Amino acid sequence: MQQGGNKMSHDAFDRRTTDWYIDKLMQSLVFIGGISAIIFIIGIFVFITMEGMDFVISRLDPVEFFTSEYWFPSDEDDPEFGILALIAGTASVTGLAMLVAIPFALGAAIYVGEFATGKTREYLKVLVELLAAIPSVVWGFIGLSIMNPLIIDVFDVPVGLNILNAGIILGLMAAPIMASIAEDALKAVPDGYREAAEAMGATRWQVIFKVVLPAAKNGLLGAVLLGVGRGFGETMAVLMATGHSVNMPDSIFDSVRALTATIAAELGETAVGSDHYGVLFTIGIFLFLITFLINLTADLIVRGVRKG
Amino acid sequence: MFEISELNKRNRKTQKLFQILFMMMTLLLITPVLIILGTLIYKGGSIISVDFLFTHPTDGMTAGGIFPALFGTVWIVAVALLASVPIGVAAAIYLSEYAPDNWLTRIINLAIINLAGVPSIVHALFGVGAFVIFFKFGTSILAASLTLAIMTLPVVIVASRESLQAVPKAFREACWNMGATRWQTIRRVVLPNAVSGILTGVILEVSRTTGETAPIMFTGAAFFLPFLPQSVFDQTMALSLHLFVVSTQVPGVPEELPYGVALVLIAMVLLMNSISIAFRMYLRGKKKW
Repeated sequence: MQQGGNKMSHDAFDRRTTDWYIDKLMQSLVFIGGISAIIFIIGIFVFITMEGMDFVISRLDPVEFFTSEYWFPSDEDDPEFGILALIAGTASVTGLAMLVAIPFALGAAIYVGEFATGKTREYLKVLVELLAAIPSVVWGFIGLSIMNPLIIDVFDVPVGLNILNAGIILGLMAAPIMASIAEDALKAVPDGYREAAEAMGATRWQVIFKVVLPAAKNGLLGAVLLGVGRGFGETMAVLMATGHSVNMPDSIFDSVRALTATIAAELGETAVGSDHYGVLFTIGIFLFLITFLINLTADLIVRGVRKG
Repeated sequence: MFEISELNKRNRKTQKLFQILFMMMTLLLITPVLIILGTLIYKGGSIISVDFLFTHPTDGMTAGGIFPALFGTVWIVAVALLASVPIGVAAAIYLSEYAPDNWLTRIINLAIINLAGVPSIVHALFGVGAFVIFFKFGTSILAASLTLAIMTLPVVIVASRESLQAVPKAFREACWNMGATRWQTIRRVVLPNAVSGILTGVILEVSRTTGETAPIMFTGAAFFLPFLPQSVFDQTMALSLHLFVVSTQVPGVPEELPYGVALVLIAMVLLMNSISIAFRMYLRGKKKW
């Protein structure tokens, strides 16, 4: 290239036409769209921390917060901010829900993914997808109006809004989601594995138990973890089906109150900036961090598989 | 020589046993829901009428229809879509067409998973802190819709990305070879081939947005309002919250009323999901490559 070369040919090689500028502009725009998810997730953390910060700095006693079972946040003289009973409520309901959901979800995933064929398989997949779409407030209503009298009748207990009710409801909610993620994990196992085992004379169930399930182990674990995350963060259904009373549970027939439901029930009646308002946002920060951790772990486990 | 051995017989038996066991589990997962749907139709079907859908609630919400709640839900969903579809599709285009395989892309994917995994009530707290208080929208349709838009963004991104990635690489290469810029290729070749797949994702998002309750409780939906909203800065009633209110907060509601509301809500959601699924199957059948 010569210094001060022919101006004409220089222009001819200049690709910066209008289209070039539009291309660059759109590239920047979709990039902003791309990083929007990061901006929003940081935004969520920043804004709930902003609202909860005053309380965390001036009032929060971490030991009392996590170990006291007394939750009287709006008491004027001597408010108590202990969330142990709420954690116990969330944990017991989620635990029971997982006992209900995990066997059914994995069983359904194995049947749909490995046994069912053709049309049956399509229909089952559609049904599972529709199951996952039922809104949580409808599930809560089912707990309230169908499960409640049913539990009172069957177990002869005075109140049917309890851990059992919410656990079953939450299990039914989480199972379809877990089933479809688990089915994806089974599908990700290469067909060559199955064919090799079948060529060795293994029957279908031997292939599933000895080859497919071990190979899909991490993906299945990821599915279970995501289900736990769902159960943990569910709000309307547990608000309506647990009975919503602060209680350290002794049996599955006890009413409890969940962390999420506490925020939903009480935020409306607090004054912006009050301690009660602050502690609800602090619970929000706690919920955010726990679910973040669960999702991160699930992602790392599932990704580990893809690399291996 | 070709007789079935004892071992073979036993293996076959076990296989049959397991197949039946897993089938039972699948059916057990599905039957409760069919029973529930049946109950909703049985108990709530009688109240559903044109009047029920198009009149206001009366007598302290113990009688009358659900029109303001339906109207409000349509508003909230529409505004939420206006916000989330452009952002979601842009994000999908970036992830499918531009994003290199690096740490930033991994963080974006992790953020999307987390956006979908954060509890709905935490989204509600964010909506209160950000839109209601910080941006001073007050409790309004706008605040509620933006909260829902961010919450359901992953639905649009994931569905759009999938349908963009399903467009064969050769289509793009052919276009680049003709001298088209990257954006011209996306605009004229990739998007037209992916738009119907994106649409199924949007319908799914409509369904999700319709059913959500917790995120709108404190950001824009009200228990009861005598008037319809006039602009996006007004509060509104919403169908999902209305179900919560009439089934837990209002004394003396006749039994069939909440069943009717639940039936309308679930019918809207399942209808939209079915349309999305049917559309997806139709597209799969039509695919030319």
